[in-house]
Amino acid sequence: MSAEPMTVASMLTLLFSAIMINNVIFARFLGICPYLGVSNSIETATGMAMAVTFVMTLCAIVTWPIQRYILNPLHLEYLQTIVFILVIASLVQFVELFMRKYARGLFDALGIYLPLITTNCAVLGIAILCIKLNYNLVQSIIFSFASALGFGMALIIFAGIRERFEVTDIPGPMHGAAIGLITAGILAMAFTGFSGMVK
Amino acid sequence: MSSAKKTAGSVFKNGLIVENPTLRMLLGMCPTLAVSTSAVNAVGMGLSATLVLILSNVVISLLRKMIPEKLRIPGYIVVIATFVTMTDLALHAFFPDIHKALGIFIPLIVVNCIILGRAEAFAGKNPVLLSAVDGLAMGLGFTSGLLILGMVREILGNGTFFGLQVLSASFPQVIVMILPAGAFITLGLTIAAANWIESRRKNA
Repeated sequence: MSAEPMTVASMLTLLFSAIMINNVIFARFLGICPYLGVSNSIETATGMAMAVTFVMTLCAIVTWPIQRYILNPLHLEYLQTIVFILVIASLVQFVELFMRKYARGLFDALGIYLPLITTNCAVLGIAILCIKLNYNLVQSIIFSFASALGFGMALIIFAGIRERFEVTDIPGPMHGAAIGLITAGILAMAFTGFSGMVK
Repeated sequence: MSSAKKTAGSVFKNGLIVENPTLRMLLGMCPTLAVSTSAVNAVGMGLSATLVLILSNVVISLLRKMIPEKLRIPGYIVVIATFVTMTDLALHAFFPDIHKALGIFIPLIVVNCIILGRAEAFAGKNPVLLSAVDGLAMGLGFTSGLLILGMVREILGNGTFFGLQVLSASFPQVIVMILPAGAFITLGLTIAAANWIESRRKNA
C-alpha cells in the first residue's frame, strides 16, 4: 500500500470510504459508548464530534511515528497497546491544559468532552488500525480525520433522531438504549447501501 | 447491595444478574456488537475479558493502598493494559483462529469500560478475594450477554450454532443478522426484553 504513489484520487477514495463505507460506528463498531451517551441533543453531539475529530487526527500524527521509529526498530511491537493508550491519555490531558491556557474559547466549547475521549475506543482503535492496514503517515492522517468525520456525522444524525424520541410514545421497556440501538440498526442498514461503491 | 455486608454470593449475583454489564449497565457495547457474529467468537471475547477483569481486579485491589488518589486512573490503565497484552499474546499462541476473528477488539479490551469501571467502582475499595469474585461475576455476566447475542445472530444469520448446522439448509438465512445492522437491532431487542423482565419482577 505504502509503495503506491499517492494521488489525489486515491486520497479522496480513502476519505470517502472511511466516512461512508467503513463508518466508525455503523461498520467498525468503535465508539458506541459516546455514541449512545452524548447523543441527547444536537448541541452536545456537535461538541463531542469536534473534540473527537481534533484528538483523533492529532493521535494519528503522534502514534504513527512512535510505531515506525521507536517500536518497530526496537522490536517492541508487543508494547503497542500499552504505549498507545498512555500516549492517548497524556495527549488528551495535554490538549486540555494547552487549550485552557491558550485557546479559552475552544476550551469552553470542547473542554467537558475531552476527558471522555480517553476511554473512547474509536481513538485507540483507529490508531491501531492505521498500523494494521500499513498506512503511511499521510494516509494515516487522512484516514483518522475521515473516520472522525464519519463518527461525528453518525453522532449528529443520531442525535437529531433522538431528539424526536422525547415527543414520541414509546412502550415502557423500549425506553432509552433499547430504542436507540434499534434506531442505530436501521441507520446501519441504510449505510450498508454504500458498501461496494469503492473496491 | 450498599447496606448489607458484601458476601461472595451477593457480589457474584450482582455481577451476573442485577448489574449485568451488557444488558443492565450497558457497558462494553463496542465488542458486544462487533464480535457477536457467532457463538464461538462471543465466548472467546467474553472469556478473554473475564480473564483480564479477574487479574486486573486482583492486582488493583492489592495495590489499592499504594496507588495515590490522583494517579489512580493512569495506574489502573497500565495494570489493565499489561494484562490485555498478555491475553493478546496467549490467544495468538494458543487460539490463532479466535485471535484472528476478534482482531482489533483484543487490544481494545483496554478501553472496555467494564474493566476500568470495576477497577474504579469495586477493586479500588474492596479486599482481594471479593474483587476476584466481582471480576469473575462481571466477566461471566458480560460473556452471557455476548453469548445470547452471538447465539441469536449465528442461528438466524447462518443457521449454525457453535459451527454445527441446526436449521435445515432450506430455511432462509437472514443475512442482515450477520451484518452490523443485525447486531444493533438484536442488542436493542435483548435489552428491551431484559427491561421488561426487570419491570415484571419489580411489580410481582
